[in-house]
Amino acid sequence: MIPEIGVFSLVLALLVALVQGTLPLAGAHWGVAGWVRLARPAALGQFVFAAMAFACLAWSFLDNDFSVLYVASNSHAELPAAYRFAAVWGGHEGSMLLWLCLLTAWALAVALFSRQLPDAYVARVLAVMAWLGVGFLLFLLFLSNPFTRLMPPALEGRDLNPLLQDPGMVVHPPILYMGYVGFSVAFAFAIAALLSGELNAAWARWSRPWTVAAWMFLTLGILLGSAWAYYVLGWGGWWFWDPVENASFMPWLVGTALIHSLAVTEKRGAFRSWTVLLAICTFSLSLLGTFLVRSGVLTSVHAFAVDPGRGLFILAFMVAVVGGSLLLFGWRAPRIGLGGRFSVLSRESLLLANNVVLTVAAMAVLIGTLYPLALDVLAGQKISVGPPYFEAVFVPIMVPAIFLMGVGPVARWKQAPLPELARRLRWALAASGAAALLLPLTLPAGPRGWSALSTFALLLAGWAVASAATHAWQRFRGAPGGWLDRARRQPRGWYGMLVAHAGIGVFIFGATMANGFDSRQELKLQAGESTALAGFAFRFDGVAPVSGPNFDAQRATVRVTRKGEAVATLHPEKRIYRARQMALSQAAIDVGLTRDLFVALGDPAGDEAWTLRIHVKPFMAWIWAGCLLMALGGLLAATDRRYRLDLAARPAAVVGGATATLRPQEGA
Amino acid sequence: MKPRQRRIAIISVGLLAFGLAAALVINALRSNLVFFFSPSQVAADAAPRNGAFRIGGLVETGSVRRASDGLTVRFVVTDLAQRVPVSYRGLLPDLFREGKGVVVAGRLQPDGSFEANQVLAKHDENYMPPEAAAALEQARQSHTAPTLEAPP
Repeated sequence: MIPEIGVFSLVLALLVALVQGTLPLAGAHWGVAGWVRLARPAALGQFVFAAMAFACLAWSFLDNDFSVLYVASNSHAELPAAYRFAAVWGGHEGSMLLWLCLLTAWALAVALFSRQLPDAYVARVLAVMAWLGVGFLLFLLFLSNPFTRLMPPALEGRDLNPLLQDPGMVVHPPILYMGYVGFSVAFAFAIAALLSGELNAAWARWSRPWTVAAWMFLTLGILLGSAWAYYVLGWGGWWFWDPVENASFMPWLVGTALIHSLAVTEKRGAFRSWTVLLAICTFSLSLLGTFLVRSGVLTSVHAFAVDPGRGLFILAFMVAVVGGSLLLFGWRAPRIGLGGRFSVLSRESLLLANNVVLTVAAMAVLIGTLYPLALDVLAGQKISVGPPYFEAVFVPIMVPAIFLMGVGPVARWKQAPLPELARRLRWALAASGAAALLLPLTLPAGPRGWSALSTFALLLAGWAVASAATHAWQRFRGAPGGWLDRARRQPRGWYGMLVAHAGIGVFIFGATMANGFDSRQELKLQAGESTALAGFAFRFDGVAPVSGPNFDAQRATVRVTRKGEAVATLHPEKRIYRARQMALSQAAIDVGLTRDLFVALGDPAGDEAWTLRIHVKPFMAWIWAGCLLMALGGLLAATDRRYRLDLAARPAAVVGGATATLRPQEGA
Repeated sequence: MKPRQRRIAIISVGLLAFGLAAALVINALRSNLVFFFSPSQVAADAAPRNGAFRIGGLVETGSVRRASDGLTVRFVVTDLAQRVPVSYRGLLPDLFREGKGVVVAGRLQPDGSFEANQVLAKHDENYMPPEAAAALEQARQSHTAPTLEAPP
């Protein structure tokens, strides 16, 4: 009964979405106020129905309803309740339902928190999001129905894939999808602006907090996925340039370019068409990511549904969305006009250079991700493009962006003379140079020693932090009332920028040290035997059998000491999940400020002996800290006071150059 | 500088940067592509003798042998038509099992065996990497497939 209610809810959601996609749009075009006012309640209705469908599926999981095929394939009676809930998005159909629910949730948020925007504009935004919902609802109802029945019902489910039975599964997909789907808001804002013909600085101000919030969620989602892979996959790696990882990274790169471009459009009215194009590209990359993950064309630890029919639908959907929006852009953009002029060296030009670099980096990653696919389709030759390509391409391209990141905030709008820039930044330059020269002397060298590349990376990391600090210092001093008073008066968004930029420096430092200076060993140890690595002694004390709710395991004890002092006791496990008879190695990690100790069990190797993998990764936690700082910076920027003020009381901002609007053709 | 001249300057700098990036990408692609061959192709001498490449197929049942040092493991990758012996030193991924799909990366040795430096982990025990599936399909279409068991 409940699954049928779920299907019915989806049908109702589809009907509401069709209404939401047509009437408000027509109403905005012809000025029918009643139709325009339908948009917000329709968004609420669509959310309610989607949430009901999700609740029905969740109930089926929690209630162990194995007459639903999807539940029987992904759950098990002995599965702990939290994982039974997370299993809702453990397979293809459920994760599509999650996508849809989050889409309706974002649309509802736009409907609720945009009172200060013109009704007609919000109507168009919600209509665009409704059409996206229509696409996903059609896909769900006809090609990936999570409520399909299994007759006769299974006695027991197939269990959730043990790789997914982890707290990471509870948080990573929802937060990542919040980011992916959140960029649909930026996309909808851009399309609505193109449709209405209004594209001014006020549009950028409306768009910005939503885009930054989506970017923040995407940052967190990628961080969670990376951390999860680090401790579940058992190899000590945290980024594999896997096609699905790239699928989330590309929207992040272009999304970063977008939030910086929005800053220019808001402050100076420049880059309008470029910003709109970036918004379209970011969401297109989100959709592309969906296609890559779900079509079975890629070899990946993530690859979901191996079903070409589904892939075809998503491809058609993507072509419709991207093609349609680019057509609209091509038709409308030429009349958007130019913004304020700026000289060759100014904050605008630096941000433009930053955008170009980020976009080129995203394209390089895209080429590496799609090339095997293209070659397979065109030439039948199967190849793979591994991490060496991405590292060889991505790192050199990003170096100018990191450098520019320090210069941009210090440069003035419209014109930033070079001598002034040099004068403002000379201390930051000196500090980063000193860091690059002195830190190698104090930090442990690791098995491969220091290289020019590592030193240069340290220089960049130091530059990111030092330039942010210098900028803050220059902003604070000099005013009467002391620096504390000045500090309090800075807008929250400015702090967000500082924190995020410094976070990038922290991340670069962590990544350089953890990748370049990690030590590893794979070896066979007898119970009682010890091995030494990077100054630590690891003693293997044998294994003992333990049982969990749905698995049986061998649990090892490994004592770690340093110079005789006890440092940590680690318990890696080798689990056999009963339902699928599948083995999984659960690594044990001791997280420290300056290093991570990582131990994973391999296989038994004779009596009382096992193979083990041991890593010592310096400064690994700084990678996560850097990403968290970036997300925090995004949160600060998105909640800046100026976005929460009632803008209806103020006229649309006219900043710098002309507020160019398209010739008014329909009701604004 | 007039706006039009400035436009041209910005565009040319952009194109130059783009060209540099393109050169970087093409160069990196050329030196970092890893090709995939099926065991039948390797047996027919179609695989490079001196480069790194990948082989995929099924792990032949009964062919997995561990050496006494605990770390080195030997097994056979087959596409049900031809078989290639593989040796790998290191911890195998959790989902590695006899009779299941696998993709290994490494180099061909002079004696015809394959020395792997990477064994690709799979998604779940029913998942077969597309390349392995394609190799099996190809072999099935061009030969009559013998059984999966190791020869006596």
